[in-house]
Amino acid sequence: MSMEYLGLSEINGPLVAIEGVEGAFYDEIVELAAEGKKKLGRIVEINEDKAVIQVFESTAGLSLLNTHTVLTGRPMEIALSEDLLGRTFNGIGQPIDGLGPIRAEVTRDVNGQPMNPCAREYPRNYIRTGISAIDCLTTLIRGQKLPIFSGNGLPHDELAAQIVEQASLGGEGQEHEKFAVVFAAMGVKHDVAEYFRRRFEECGASSHVVMFLNLSNDPVVERLITPKVALTAAEYLAFEKNMHILVILTDMTSFAEAMREVSSLKGEIPSRKGYPGYLYSEFAAIYERAGIVKGSSGSVTQLPILTMPNDDITHPIPDLTGYITEGQIVLERSLHQKNIYPPINVLPSLSRLMKDGIGAAYTREDHQDVANQLFSSYARVGEARALASVIGEDELSPMDKKYLQFGIAFEQEFVGQANNEDRTIEETLDIGWRLLHILPKEELDRIDTKILEKYYQP
Amino acid sequence: MGVTGKIYGINGPVVSILGNLGFQMNEMVYVGETRLVGEVIGLTKEKTTIQVYEETSGLKPGETVEGTGGAISITLAPGILNNIFDGIERPLQAIADVHGVFIPKGAEVDSLDRKKRWETNVIVQPGERVGPGSVIATVQETKSIVHRVMLPPGVSGEVLSVLPDGAYTIEEELARIKTDSGEERVLTMAQKWPIRIPRPVAKRYPADRPLVTGQRILDTLFPIAKGGTAAIPGGFGTGKTMTQHQLAKWCDADIIIYIGCGERGNEMTNVLEEFGELEDPQTGHLLMNRTALIANTSNMPVAAREASIYTGITLAEYYRDMGYHVAIMADSTSRWAEALRELSGRLEEMPAEEGFPAYLASRLSAFYERAGYVENLNGSDGSVTIIGAVSPQGGDFSEPVTQNTKRFVRCFLALDKSLAYARHYPAINWLTSYSEYVGDLSDWYSNHIGVNFVACRNRILDILTTENRLNEIVKLIGSDVLPDDQKLILEIARVIRLGFLQQNAFHKEDTFVPMEKQLKMMEVILHLYERCKALIDMNMPMALLRESDVFEKIIAIKYDVPNQELALFDNYDRMIEEFYQHLMATNA
Repeated sequence: MSMEYLGLSEINGPLVAIEGVEGAFYDEIVELAAEGKKKLGRIVEINEDKAVIQVFESTAGLSLLNTHTVLTGRPMEIALSEDLLGRTFNGIGQPIDGLGPIRAEVTRDVNGQPMNPCAREYPRNYIRTGISAIDCLTTLIRGQKLPIFSGNGLPHDELAAQIVEQASLGGEGQEHEKFAVVFAAMGVKHDVAEYFRRRFEECGASSHVVMFLNLSNDPVVERLITPKVALTAAEYLAFEKNMHILVILTDMTSFAEAMREVSSLKGEIPSRKGYPGYLYSEFAAIYERAGIVKGSSGSVTQLPILTMPNDDITHPIPDLTGYITEGQIVLERSLHQKNIYPPINVLPSLSRLMKDGIGAAYTREDHQDVANQLFSSYARVGEARALASVIGEDELSPMDKKYLQFGIAFEQEFVGQANNEDRTIEETLDIGWRLLHILPKEELDRIDTKILEKYYQP
Repeated sequence: MGVTGKIYGINGPVVSILGNLGFQMNEMVYVGETRLVGEVIGLTKEKTTIQVYEETSGLKPGETVEGTGGAISITLAPGILNNIFDGIERPLQAIADVHGVFIPKGAEVDSLDRKKRWETNVIVQPGERVGPGSVIATVQETKSIVHRVMLPPGVSGEVLSVLPDGAYTIEEELARIKTDSGEERVLTMAQKWPIRIPRPVAKRYPADRPLVTGQRILDTLFPIAKGGTAAIPGGFGTGKTMTQHQLAKWCDADIIIYIGCGERGNEMTNVLEEFGELEDPQTGHLLMNRTALIANTSNMPVAAREASIYTGITLAEYYRDMGYHVAIMADSTSRWAEALRELSGRLEEMPAEEGFPAYLASRLSAFYERAGYVENLNGSDGSVTIIGAVSPQGGDFSEPVTQNTKRFVRCFLALDKSLAYARHYPAINWLTSYSEYVGDLSDWYSNHIGVNFVACRNRILDILTTENRLNEIVKLIGSDVLPDDQKLILEIARVIRLGFLQQNAFHKEDTFVPMEKQLKMMEVILHLYERCKALIDMNMPMALLRESDVFEKIIAIKYDVPNQELALFDNYDRMIEEFYQHLMATNA
């Protein structure tokens, strides 16, 4: 058994320093005990025999004299087995549903290891979500990481829950495949966690859900580890148990805020907006843990949610996220105000893996062309609206007026749908064609002539 | 052998040793029991600072640091092409074969296969004088590329003995020379070179030959010269990676070094798969045969990301020394700059703009200066062209990496968010991009493509610029009130944008377009403009001209005229004439 040390040399928020330790290693987990209460911490810096420990819970109650510290000799690990399914844990992977600990088949270091690009399988299978704006324009692919960029007060939770419901229960030919959801909450409100729990229950998915909850009143430091714990569970279920895992991480903004808080306590040199210089690497260590690997039939698909501070897409959090993830779904406040659900602004939304997962072999031959044309025409709507706001709608040319008409129809009939409406890809594409008929044929310059002949009948 | 020391402190990828034990600056070291690769980056009397190229979790103070006595360097020998490495030249496929799906810490594998026997053709004779860069043997490395085994820079002498042609490993003796200092030296295929030091050349040439890419907006409007430097900045989702892929696939370099620096794992897998299937238009063999990939994805250790750029350029210089034209795709240099920032922060250096270290600019310039069209030490000509993607924070080009890069590159291809939103690809903004190579290359264009090429290009650019000016007015008052000659400009600019600038990477004919077709397309568009202009000058309204489908037909040229059947362009010229005559006959 390892040594127990008595006393600390410094306590500063969630960071404590201890001197005289022997054999401690970087990233090691330590147990701190004071007045009968045990807390976990992680070594974040060592200088010879001095270690800085980041405590996962509040440091209230610790004193420089009464604290017993034990080095566990291992990095942060969690117990894994298929029993995870249907269970609820706190942010560092301890059960909080009163059902006792997990019977461990294996234990894993939560930090994971980078996936070898040679061992990856390029994702190609599309996931039908039943939401037109996503299926047609920003197609979700199995093994993709596709974040939802949202703002406070926008219905990102509703959208994520709808995607989970329809992607899990919809899809033809998917019934025999094992599907599960890993849900990680970082600093979200109790209501939000409860909302997801209820939605999962209503659709009968809760036995396939693993929840890791770090609520907004839980310790800040804990949420730095929550996504890693969740993704370790996801990787295990996907690559060793061959399941298709959809990971929801909400809210990545709280994760980044927690990192800034700890970094500043450590006295590190800040880079943009006070976030530490390694924000990108930390994000990457999370987002890159999605994909499909050779030799396993499972997959990890990530649907992170982040709220853009002040709806600003150039803020470092959405900005760095967008550089790592394979596209993004951007929610727009003005659409929400027009009462359009889901309020997806399709122009800045993108799915990078879409090009290889759609078309005749996967969805329908005209998919890419319709998507390109809708994007291009809707971009033109923006120009017409800008012009109308200067010279008035009446003065617009007949063509611009047609675009305005198209824009309204597109937002209401294509993007807009009920929050339980599950459209097939054919329905979605047919709506797309119906709307494109508002425009004259010459304006449809992104569509291959043959496809146009086949589908465009005035 | 090098010195050893004991770890004192650990902070992320930065490890320190107390005291000055005689390590050298930039020396490669092995850190800890798992022998993680590291590099000495700071020396003071009190402290030696080391950056570790692998994840440091699990490392303890007191573990040994062992110096190697040499700067961090990579092995250069056959086996580099058709291979994929991490940032410090460890082959990822070999790691996957040994360790499976994930990359463990301290994975020790040889950079290049030491057991493989290469069919070797020794071309020097005993008694021959050889100097730096002299080719002593050739090896068919892949179907497309002959590897020339050279003397390392700085070595010269007289050949004492050679071995017969046959199959050798990269470490076996091929020849023996007596160097000028009188020592006997055994030559093998492999040589080592420190990644941070440029390989020497005899002389630099001006960049007066283009890197032909088959991408219209590049070849015509903003060309890149062989041995030149180009930057592709763009916010996320504007198509940087896509543009780089297109260049890597189609440009007429002999060798492509593709550096995935802090980018997505799936993207590298995609490159690997695609290049393993696609044919190289020049040789007809698979693209991977002329490609080496360096994949240091965003979640791989940050210090190795910093090194990956240097590893890539060293590989490129090595093939240039053989007399090849090499193009480097660095995707993305911003990730590299951020790695510098991250390490600088860990070293507690004083930050400059936006937290980047003050030496960002000098590092960037040192990197881009390693490009060039040169005469090698052995007298052959070769070039290294650098095309670096830049990922500006928030898509804002005023940030330090973009601004500093702009100072050191001569071709700037600005990707534009609004073009990307409208799915206009490649989303290169023709108003903010520039290329300083146009003047240098104009002789080449006249001699090889057509004397009117540069003139046509300038006309096209002129129309686009005018369109932009007119659009300012349109935004205020609408397009209906413009006079007809200006409406015509807008219409022709639309033809140029849709028919010429937009290029479909997924279309069989359109993904690569030869220069001759590019010129023909420009000529047809300008012909159309001349004829329409003549009609407008005769007071015919633009609305009348628009009734014809000639504009749409010209836009569709890119799909309708196959690259090999340029004679079809005559039909278009005839069509334009008929359109002109018809309108003259009915309305004049």
